[in-house]
Amino acid sequence: MFVLVEMVDTVRIPPWNFQRQLNEAVTEELNKKLANKVVYNVGLCICLYDIIKLEDSYIFPGDGASHTKVHFRYVVFHPFLDEILVGKIKYCSQEGVHVSLGFFDDIVIPPESLQQPAKFDEAEQVWLWEYETDEGAHDLYMDQGEEIRFRVSDELFLDTSPTGPSKASETPAAPGVPETEQKKEAPYTLIGSISEPGLGLLSWWNN
Amino acid sequence: MDVRDANAGMLSNYEVYQLLTDLKEKRKESGKKHSTGQQNLNTIMYETLKYLSKTACSRQNPEIVKEFLTTMRGHKLTKAEKLQLLNHRPQTAVEIQLMVEESEERLSEEQIEELIQKVTDVLPGDPAEEGEADMEASADQ
Repeated sequence: MFVLVEMVDTVRIPPWNFQRQLNEAVTEELNKKLANKVVYNVGLCICLYDIIKLEDSYIFPGDGASHTKVHFRYVVFHPFLDEILVGKIKYCSQEGVHVSLGFFDDIVIPPESLQQPAKFDEAEQVWLWEYETDEGAHDLYMDQGEEIRFRVSDELFLDTSPTGPSKASETPAAPGVPETEQKKEAPYTLIGSISEPGLGLLSWWNN
Repeated sequence: MDVRDANAGMLSNYEVYQLLTDLKEKRKESGKKHSTGQQNLNTIMYETLKYLSKTACSRQNPEIVKEFLTTMRGHKLTKAEKLQLLNHRPQTAVEIQLMVEESEERLSEEQIEELIQKVTDVLPGDPAEEGEADMEASADQ
């Protein structure tokens, strides 16, 4: 689930933090910059693991702060392909079952990767598995809050950097008309699958 | 910012749990003067600890992990497979088949049973669940 990522960055320490130990000040700045943020093609950063190397600190003209190049390792949430994870069902929609791990929310299991045959109950907005046994068909509901075991089948990284002024001028907001909310794309999405024996709600497989 | 190595090493859930618990202790000890910029770190630490404390890794320690890896040595499992077994503590053959690739070809039924037994013995389980199982067993007698 978690990997170590080795990175290099220049950390700026403002003068009012000069009395602190350099290691501590650098740790705080790196955590401020990266914790709970997604780095493109790397994963969700959790916290600093260790500092490998601190290069010399420089002060540049015009800025009283010191700039230090730091080599460090960061703990990143980045499950490998086909890894098994256990999460909680957040809600169901036409797009599939949305699962959350608490610290990471953007996991979706598309309808084709559910245990087949699966049906979407419009009234209760929930997906269910039409499980056939000799006694007849049971409808196993995938309710909110249930623990679910799934396999990571794919990951999607989206570059959410700002697009620049040219795109903004294409759609000017008319005064008095409410601006349509721009859909917030998740920078890191996991696609899961539960189409194997043993996957799905934990209660389905516990004897 | 430069990413030198996006995969410098795999971490078990236990290692991350330990790291975050130690970090929490250190932050508590060092006093309350934490700037508002630390909110992201607080959030991710709290949520990750909440998730991990409900898994098998919260009951592990370095000796248990070492013992587990030594026990697993003979079974010819890949690093990723051993990591999944350590993180999830599977109790059934179905779970083992999910985590071990091509388990039907590589492991016989007795070997799968042996794996389940070793995992149950070496890695500590949930005392609440096991207390229930014991009570049920003694009630049946």
